[in-house]
Amino acid sequence: MKKTTVIVGLGSCGIAAGAGKTFSEFQRIKAADKLDFELKKTSCVGMCFREPLVEIIDESGSYLYGQVDPAKADEIIEKHIKNFSPIPEYIVQSERFPTPEQSFFEGQVKIALRNCGHMDPENIEEYEARNGYAAIRKIANNFMNPDQVIQMVIDSGMRGRGGGGFSTGMKWKFARNYDAPQKYVICNADEGDPGAFMDRSILEGDPHGVLEGMIICGYAIGASEGYIYCRAEYPLAIKRLNIAIEQARKKGYLGKGLFGIEHFNFDIKIKEGAGAFVCGEETALIASIEGRRGMPRRRPPFPAQSGLWKSPTNINNVETFVNIPWIIFNGPQAYAAMGTEKSKGTKVFALTGKIKHGGLVEVPMGMTIRDIIYNLGGGIANGKKFKAVQLGGPSGGCVPEYLSHTQVDYDSVNATGAIMGSGGMVVMDETTCVVDIARFFLDFTQKESCGKCTFCRIGTKRMLEILTRITQGEGQEGDIELLEELAHNIKDGSLCGLGQTAPNPVLTTIKYFRDEYEAHIRDKKCPALSCKKLLTYKVDQEKCTGCMACTKGCPVDAIEGGKREPHFILQEVCIKCGVCFTKCKFGAIQLS
Amino acid sequence: MRVKRIAPEPVAPVAEPSVDLSLIDSLIAKYKGKQGNLIPLLQGTQEIFGFIPREAFLKLHSDTGLSLSELYGVATFYAQFRLTPSGKHIIKMCHGTACHVQSVTAITDELLDFLEVKDGETTSDGLFTIETVACLGCCSLAPVMMIDEETHGKLTPKEALKIIKEIRRNEAL
Ligand SMILES: Cc1cc2nc3c(=O)[nH]c(=O)nc-3n(C[C@H](O)[C@H](O)[C@H](O)COP(=O)(O)O)c2cc1C
Ligand code: FES
Repeated sequence: MKKTTVIVGLGSCGIAAGAGKTFSEFQRIKAADKLDFELKKTSCVGMCFREPLVEIIDESGSYLYGQVDPAKADEIIEKHIKNFSPIPEYIVQSERFPTPEQSFFEGQVKIALRNCGHMDPENIEEYEARNGYAAIRKIANNFMNPDQVIQMVIDSGMRGRGGGGFSTGMKWKFARNYDAPQKYVICNADEGDPGAFMDRSILEGDPHGVLEGMIICGYAIGASEGYIYCRAEYPLAIKRLNIAIEQARKKGYLGKGLFGIEHFNFDIKIKEGAGAFVCGEETALIASIEGRRGMPRRRPPFPAQSGLWKSPTNINNVETFVNIPWIIFNGPQAYAAMGTEKSKGTKVFALTGKIKHGGLVEVPMGMTIRDIIYNLGGGIANGKKFKAVQLGGPSGGCVPEYLSHTQVDYDSVNATGAIMGSGGMVVMDETTCVVDIARFFLDFTQKESCGKCTFCRIGTKRMLEILTRITQGEGQEGDIELLEELAHNIKDGSLCGLGQTAPNPVLTTIKYFRDEYEAHIRDKKCPALSCKKLLTYKVDQEKCTGCMACTKGCPVDAIEGGKREPHFILQEVCIKCGVCFTKCKFGAIQLS
Repeated sequence: MRVKRIAPEPVAPVAEPSVDLSLIDSLIAKYKGKQGNLIPLLQGTQEIFGFIPREAFLKLHSDTGLSLSELYGVATFYAQFRLTPSGKHIIKMCHGTACHVQSVTAITDELLDFLEVKDGETTSDGLFTIETVACLGCCSLAPVMMIDEETHGKLTPKEALKIIKEIRRNEAL
């Protein structure tokens, strides 16, 4: 009889949802009741909305249980493990029980995420059992030379997943063509886009996949040293990378004379970022590794010619690297068979915001935004109306609902004014104010500007001031035009991608939601009822119990009415701070 | 621009607790003379003291030969480095896009109110430093906050308060 296996998802998101306690509970009962099942760890399978996730594999099949707290763990042990009767109500996916949520996995094609949630990321043997390090072995055993490897990457049509979308194979070719005694490979794991977490998930779930991609790149361009530049906010990713590097060194997959290839030496170091979004930009990243302030510099020379310590350097994103072993192992044609004409393969998206089933999904390029949100993501949360989706983070833009038939590939997304970026998809419903979102992003870029270019440093600040003024009901005629003018100047007057794209969130929201800007400026109204300063607060006399919670909270004594009497708000005194709304337990404060 | 972080407004000089500078000797020995050592040196110093004391800057400068202006310039550029002591627990409120859309601002306001501090400040009892950060990478559990190494997701103002109060209670024991 096959032994039952219990696998607990212990990615950062799982742990935040309490998976650590769930794991301990399984461990405790296993020891206490002397149960004979195997308890294993894995990382996130992407179904973040049902964390903590536990997969049980026994003779009859595999069952994925969702939201397993210690109490549910006890029940699952009792019924499923001891008595072989699975509990359908808690199951989110299984071949044996159709569930409403299985649609989350339908239509997904997992290449970059092929190992995430399916193996123990801290165990190199499990990676090898899933064709790990088989791609680099294929290269070694078939005596493929670096040019052949690069040609395969070019043929796959792979484009960089860090946002720019440049052909990965071409980039490798440039770096290979420069002759130098020392070259470097850098993995960009700075993932600065707030609202995207695919790189974190990949690093936590498949660290060896990233290492193998970097080793192959090292062989192809002729580099002997690699760096992974990882955000300090990702402690678990750093820990697992360290474990993976140690294991790979022990097995002789990192070090000297690797895989029987003569003169092929390669080793990898981790550099922890120190918290600056602009360090995701490649020249700033290099400056940061060299120990300087992370300020971008002019290109050319590109890093392929003069990068780290002035040596030829190839920089790729985490998701780019993790795709490489798959492409080499399965052949470039298999990869190029997926996707659209100019965007091949698959892309990982982080679905967040007002979506029912938020998480990580990987789909072939060319799927429509609508299909991703409705088929995989289950639609909008709480029965609200879909308004727009923000793609590409601070460099991207808002795509309105009526363009949701847009296919996700580099060129179609660019045509809307947004960018593909790293793959963050923040869904917004009717209660999200797009002017406020534009203000939010400008606040971000304004803080993160390194200060080198005047337009980026001061222009973003001025734009932020105008947007803040509009959301506070002090907008003036001409503000929209002023924003547009500033936006174009900042785009033209900035050296790096940060400034060149910083105005995008403003330009796209003006393009698609100009009427909302006008409502804020002319009518002093926020159609989404989100900008506090533009709301009128009223007490619903029916619902008010006269508990006085709002009266006590009001900083300006604008609320009148005694105990157990309905209250009312003196509109002339009210400063629209919104405290009464948060204090009221009965939903009696109405907004209009 | 980031440089603003040095001193948003003139603050009364706080007496810095004196520190045992010999604690960073082994760190200096490890990195001295290596290329790209500046940031690891600062990170190591901060790990030991919880912040980078003025005297430590001077020692790093005299022991490694790195210029003082470079050390200070780098320390003020990156968000990670602190030049003043932090509270015992660091509360990081995620103000990334996903958390913003899920109204994290209301939660932050509630906590700032309760702790009677402003963003980036430390409570008078030295227990908490609260600061807003860009994204903690748990966006699908938004709104999110991180206290020390532990991440809390799907927060409401009430729950966030409960967690803080509990830490305070445990510390009082
Ligand atoms: C302001 C700014 C931030 C960036 N942040 C990131 C990032 O966090 N992660 C990343 O992989 N690329 C980032 N990039 C893109 C990198 O400069 C670079 O193009 C990328 O790492 C190349 O890898 P790829 O070819 O695999 O896409 C950023 C670019 C700019 C201008
Ligand atoms: S936006 Fe808050 S965790 Fe990413």
